[in-house]
Amino acid sequence: MSITDLARPSAGVPAAVTTALAPLAPALPPSPASSSLQQQLLRGLEAPICLTWEWTYACNLQCVHCLSSSGRRDPRELDTAQMRSVVDQLAELQVFYVNVGGGEPMTRPDFFEVLEYSVDHGVGVKFSTNGGMIDADKAHRLAALDYVDVQISLDGADAMTNDPVRGLGSYDRARTAMGHLADAGFGAFKLSVVVTRHNVAQLDSFAALAADYGAELRVTRLRPSGRGQDSWTRLHPTAAQQRDLHSWLIARPEVLTGDSFFHLAAYGQALPGLNLCGAGRVVCLIDPVGDVYACPFALHEHFRAGSVLDEGGFARVWRSSDLFTELREPDNPGACTSCGHYDACQGGCMAAKFFTGLPLDGPDPECVLGHGEAALSAVNPNSLPIIDNDHSKRRRLPLAVL
Amino acid sequence: MTGMTPVGAQEDAPTSAAPTPAHALARPSGASFDPARPYRLHPKVALRPERFGALAYSYDTRRLSLLRDADLVAVVRALADAPSAGDALAAVPAVKRAAVERALARLVETGFVQPR
Repeated sequence: MSITDLARPSAGVPAAVTTALAPLAPALPPSPASSSLQQQLLRGLEAPICLTWEWTYACNLQCVHCLSSSGRRDPRELDTAQMRSVVDQLAELQVFYVNVGGGEPMTRPDFFEVLEYSVDHGVGVKFSTNGGMIDADKAHRLAALDYVDVQISLDGADAMTNDPVRGLGSYDRARTAMGHLADAGFGAFKLSVVVTRHNVAQLDSFAALAADYGAELRVTRLRPSGRGQDSWTRLHPTAAQQRDLHSWLIARPEVLTGDSFFHLAAYGQALPGLNLCGAGRVVCLIDPVGDVYACPFALHEHFRAGSVLDEGGFARVWRSSDLFTELREPDNPGACTSCGHYDACQGGCMAAKFFTGLPLDGPDPECVLGHGEAALSAVNPNSLPIIDNDHSKRRRLPLAVL
Repeated sequence: MTGMTPVGAQEDAPTSAAPTPAHALARPSGASFDPARPYRLHPKVALRPERFGALAYSYDTRRLSLLRDADLVAVVRALADAPSAGDALAAVPAVKRAAVERALARLVETGFVQPR
């Protein structure tokens, strides 16, 4: 995640409220965040603003672009007592809320127990779900909780577009879940879409669909992480689509992006948001076994900073792990820093570079100036990083093969 | 730099289309600031100390603000026990008092700080 979900003006908020303001510099533009603010954030915070916490690797779906290669539960996953202990640690650090994902977090038998424990301790929960386990009862239970927000994932505005990516029947199940939430009076949940080559032309349809349910639309960037490493080449938007996407988003500041398209700022106009890579500085990830990674899109040993089970717990990893300390140092000179657009795109997404085999100080694979395409053509496919944290279900061979 | 920088609304901030009960509460107050009146931090706002001042998070609006000045943070914390906002502001060095007052007024408008 990049910085995630903060820096978005929202539809009901007058523009003036979301204007960045600093009394001594009243002329600051609303976005991107002022450079001094950006510098402060890049040096790191006392605790993350946005923490992604994956609750399980188990999933009832097998999406072809799953960032965390989820499918099977890991036997080492934190038990209920350990989950509560992590909540206690986060509450102590005043982490205001967590972005919960997986896997499918609702597959945990203690899902509501941990959810309620977290909320009761002042750690709000926004969780992502495919909706397959939200029935009428669960929708009412969710609607009754304060500080809980729900994101339903859908990657096509129709089943024909969605199901090849997320699995047969997943479109209908998500729509059913959306109906249950609306009927239960949950309010403005979010419809969360990963933008692909095949659904980018459906953005208006997604917006209409969200509006039908009183939901908000959230669109995020496809990353080549996890199973996405295999599917990214055929799913990521083309250069022309990326340009259209930028224009579409600029015209619709009410659409949420989790700040995930900051690499598009190099077109010349930044989208609302902090527009920086927050890895290890303002965001990080705790995985289902308690490992802490710098970036929610890079569950790989290369980005693992420690474990919540280590002495000192999460706070020690956040404050003094070698990896996080290194990430907070000023940028090293690299191929990108000499580019005139570096200040706009900040070199792009670390995870996107890593999993496509590009150097971390080089261009983003989807660099809008085209530097990524050139660099990608020079990558030896055999040199790509191995996905070392794969929980995919073992493939079932068709009977004919057996 | 003195000031408060709302880094923007949370994703689940209110929309005019479909306010839920929780979200309806979350609307910016739109209140105007009067230094003669008493104020307090909104009971559903948490302040977290940071190197540059503090982060404020509203569990109501799901909005986050950066309070980028130690004096502003001190004033906000002092409000609840001060007879008026002006009394809390009196502790700020005169040279920056006006700037801190403007930042405080924004916190009132955005609902992070409310009259009591």
